[in-house]
Amino acid sequence: MLTLSNVDAGYGTFQALFDCTLEVNAGEAVAVIGPNGAGKTTLMRVISGLIPARGGRMDMEGRDLVATPPHRIVDLGIAHVPENRRLFPRMSVEDNLRMGAFVPSARAAFSRRLEFVYDLFPRMKERRHQLAGTLSGGEQQMCAIGRALMSEPKLLLLDEPSAGLAPVIVQRIFELVRVIREQGLTVLIVEQNVQQVLRVVDRAYVLEAGSIRMSGAAEELAASDEIRRLYMGL
Amino acid sequence: MGRIDTRVWLIVIAAGLFVCLAYVPAIIREGNLGFAVSDVFLYEAMINGLLLGGVLALLSLGLNLIFGVVDVVWICYAEIVMLGMYGIYYLHSFYGVPLLLAMPAGILITAIIGYAVHELVIRHLLDSAPINQLLATGGLLFFFQSVATLAFGIDFRNLGVSLGSFPLTEDIYISWSRLAAFVTAAACVAGLYLFLTRTFMGTAIRAISQDREIMTLMGAAQGRLYLISSAIGGGLAGLAACLLVLQYDVHPFVGLSFGPITFMICVLGGLGNMVGGFIAAFILSELIALGGYHFDLEWGYVFAFAFFIAMMFVRPEGIMGRRS
Repeated sequence: MLTLSNVDAGYGTFQALFDCTLEVNAGEAVAVIGPNGAGKTTLMRVISGLIPARGGRMDMEGRDLVATPPHRIVDLGIAHVPENRRLFPRMSVEDNLRMGAFVPSARAAFSRRLEFVYDLFPRMKERRHQLAGTLSGGEQQMCAIGRALMSEPKLLLLDEPSAGLAPVIVQRIFELVRVIREQGLTVLIVEQNVQQVLRVVDRAYVLEAGSIRMSGAAEELAASDEIRRLYMGL
Repeated sequence: MGRIDTRVWLIVIAAGLFVCLAYVPAIIREGNLGFAVSDVFLYEAMINGLLLGGVLALLSLGLNLIFGVVDVVWICYAEIVMLGMYGIYYLHSFYGVPLLLAMPAGILITAIIGYAVHELVIRHLLDSAPINQLLATGGLLFFFQSVATLAFGIDFRNLGVSLGSFPLTEDIYISWSRLAAFVTAAACVAGLYLFLTRTFMGTAIRAISQDREIMTLMGAAQGRLYLISSAIGGGLAGLAACLLVLQYDVHPFVGLSFGPITFMICVLGGLGNMVGGFIAAFILSELIALGGYHFDLEWGYVFAFAFFIAMMFVRPEGIMGRRS
């Protein structure tokens, strides 16, 4: 579904990604793990067009992502749940979800999508008139995921969904990833919480200093001594 | 909670200042509280302040809308109003277009100017340092003034339309043009509020003012929302021009008489915060009206500017501004 080949990217004179090659197949859940500053968020931002790729190729179902303007990426079926949620804090939950359905195709299906998201997150329905900035961390993450789902994406990019949340809530967010997969979505997830994320994905890539160092099936990586030592503190 | 407390204090201080400025000078002058409270001219001044506040609120709304969305302060905003006033004046007095047609045409002209300012100037500076953006819009101010001077000369022009006034009570007369300006401005503020809160495009404009990058992820072309906001902001300047051209003479430098006060209102209210700007417009207009009544018109401005400077020390982020 999504293919990255030899992608380079960076900010100004700083290069953050070197020659990254990565593939996500339809129906899969794939994780990208790695230490702080490895370039995980940059990878997500390159895919959704917020940072231009400096080299390499990116395709989504055969359509060239590099040549697609940033605001058209969502039309290709990619929805990005950004790091730190980035809700519109002074707007209601429902208005946040409304903006998730900005593209014309989703706007036409707004009420159907809204019902879908409210079924998935009944809590969001209860809080629909509340300002998004006043929600708890876990609720904000639900709202951010809900907002991304409003565009009826095929591929969901999740950037550090567990960051800053209490352990109990983290459990629930990873449970959500499972639920979202059952809806037939493909998921690419960036996480520092390696131990938990490897339980919900099929495959994972290890990103270090901007380069893919390792990849493999989730169980394989979870069993690898190196991963256990470096990322799980075991 | 601390923020709510400061807001309550601010309201108390503003109310105190208002009472002091309204009654104390009259009490000192006449040595008699009864006279001050029954001074009809004082109430007339208060009402005029309120009416002036409506137009200032409208002006600050347009500027705040553009700043909130595009994140650039249009120093030349009042000059767009000036061009709108000239547009209406020439269409009506020169080409004989009925006023009720000339005014919408004036709004259209300024909306196009707003659109052009963004498309031709601001769009190319979006990634520049804020100081360069300020200098560019400041340069536009002089450009518009010079163009107006070359095209229209420096004569004061008057539309020559007087709507007259009507007695509110036996002694208090209200100018129709001021009342019309206030009512139109209030209706427009309400209309814009409904547009921003009830329509999809309005919600998108609020969203992009809160997080521009994320709106790109949602599939919004930033450029289009910027252009829409710039055109609406320009149109609001045109509406203000319709209301001001009935009260004031037009000349190339007329923008200077309400441009600075518009910025003060926006900053006092919290830049980009439309509710704050709305409140600040009435605070400053009452200070000007009451100071002007008790002392001289110039003193009214002195009070307003002094209050503004004092507030910048107390609350630099503005009345409704958020600390960043």
